Amino acid sequence: MDYTFHWYPAFKLLPKMLIGSITTIEIAFLSILFGIIIAAVLALAKNSSNKIYSSIASTWIEVSRNTPALYQIYMAYFGLGAFGIYVGSFGALLIGITFNNAGYLAETFRGGLRAIPNTQMKTARSLGMNFFQSFMYIIFPQLLRIVFHSVTNQTVWAILMTSLGVIVGMNTDLMGVTNELNSLSFRTFEYFSLAAILYYLITKLFLGSAHLLSLKLFRY
Amino acid sequence: MNFVSEFSVNDFLYMLKGLGNSIILTLWAVFFGTILGVIFGFIRSATGTLLNFIMGSILDIFRSVPLLIQLILINAFSSILKLGYSPFQISCIVLAVYASAFVSETVRSGILSVPLPFRRSARSLGLSYFQTLRKIVFPLALRVSFPTWVGVTLGVFKDTSLVLWIGIIELLKSSQIIITRTQEPLLILTFAGILYFIVSFCFTRVANQVEKKWEKYEL
Repeated sequence: MDYTFHWYPAFKLLPKMLIGSITTIEIAFLSILFGIIIAAVLALAKNSSNKIYSSIASTWIEVSRNTPALYQIYMAYFGLGAFGIYVGSFGALLIGITFNNAGYLAETFRGGLRAIPNTQMKTARSLGMNFFQSFMYIIFPQLLRIVFHSVTNQTVWAILMTSLGVIVGMNTDLMGVTNELNSLSFRTFEYFSLAAILYYLITKLFLGSAHLLSLKLFRY
Repeated sequence: MNFVSEFSVNDFLYMLKGLGNSIILTLWAVFFGTILGVIFGFIRSATGTLLNFIMGSILDIFRSVPLLIQLILINAFSSILKLGYSPFQISCIVLAVYASAFVSETVRSGILSVPLPFRRSARSLGLSYFQTLRKIVFPLALRVSFPTWVGVTLGVFKDTSLVLWIGIIELLKSSQIIITRTQEPLLILTFAGILYFIVSFCFTRVANQVEKKWEKYEL
């Protein structure tokens, strides 16, 4: 092996990569936030008796689950241009991952909603709460407990999926920053090992804090 | 002079070739990934806590680091050692190990889902350890693990789109190449999406049929 590892320059660039990690976390957080909101709407739409709503929701869910995440990002990056909408790589990445998250989470939410007996809603309504009150105070807390684990898993996926942005030219997230630094020096192995460790730490930190949160949320 | 040419039959064939590459890559990766995964999963279910913990945390690394970085790292590593693997072989290795991390988890939970009394009664009926595994544990575990395995396979199929980064022309890359020529991203990407959709959808259908066929042997 006549290759000498140069770890020092890689470590010197660690601060830049850490700034990139913040962007990565930002994108993952935003995509999961929008994803949860859209997924809730999709889950309700798919369960509704209105044919149009439910078919739109099924199409979204099926497409997002049966095509690669990278394809969805490509669609946002290249495909939206046909409608005259030009999103940058940040926008494309965010739209792609949000689309993906929404589809997967909608199925999770539907499963969760099915696990909650219909009588809960009926009882709440008969006690005088309106639909949104009974959803917020009765159904949602129970749903949260059921879907919490799946949502944390999906967030980990979202964190890992942000790395795909580099393929459509993203250069501010952890993967993009690493790739750009790599193109200056071609110390590929060193730089990407460091990025891999950072990704690992981000996911583990997130899972750890989610675990702590679940201990606090589900005390009873 | 017109520099932008239309989408032609040749482009269609080119995209199908890309799809073929994706599918072949998936088959190899899932094949080796399943073998590795079953071995790892079996070891993890059969051994004590320490080895289980160590193997679990090593396999967990592959699930906590983006696949794209794994591909880049192994690609760079193979150049460093001058192993001379082709990009296709590298993607096969990476995807197989990646799949095995998921498969081992489902195999482990499948084996652990077989109630211990079943194994004990099989042993007391005179079956040897390996006979018990082959005739009692594995068939029962298979029914539990199969749906998750299908999910893993579909996941690997979708993740083959990432190998374009190390220079393999699969479906998405072939669409991208055609887009740069015809400048009709929406049409071609929709088309690629339909191809992805058809393959995933058919595979899910077949898997559901298999599951239904096994249902009558359910406990």
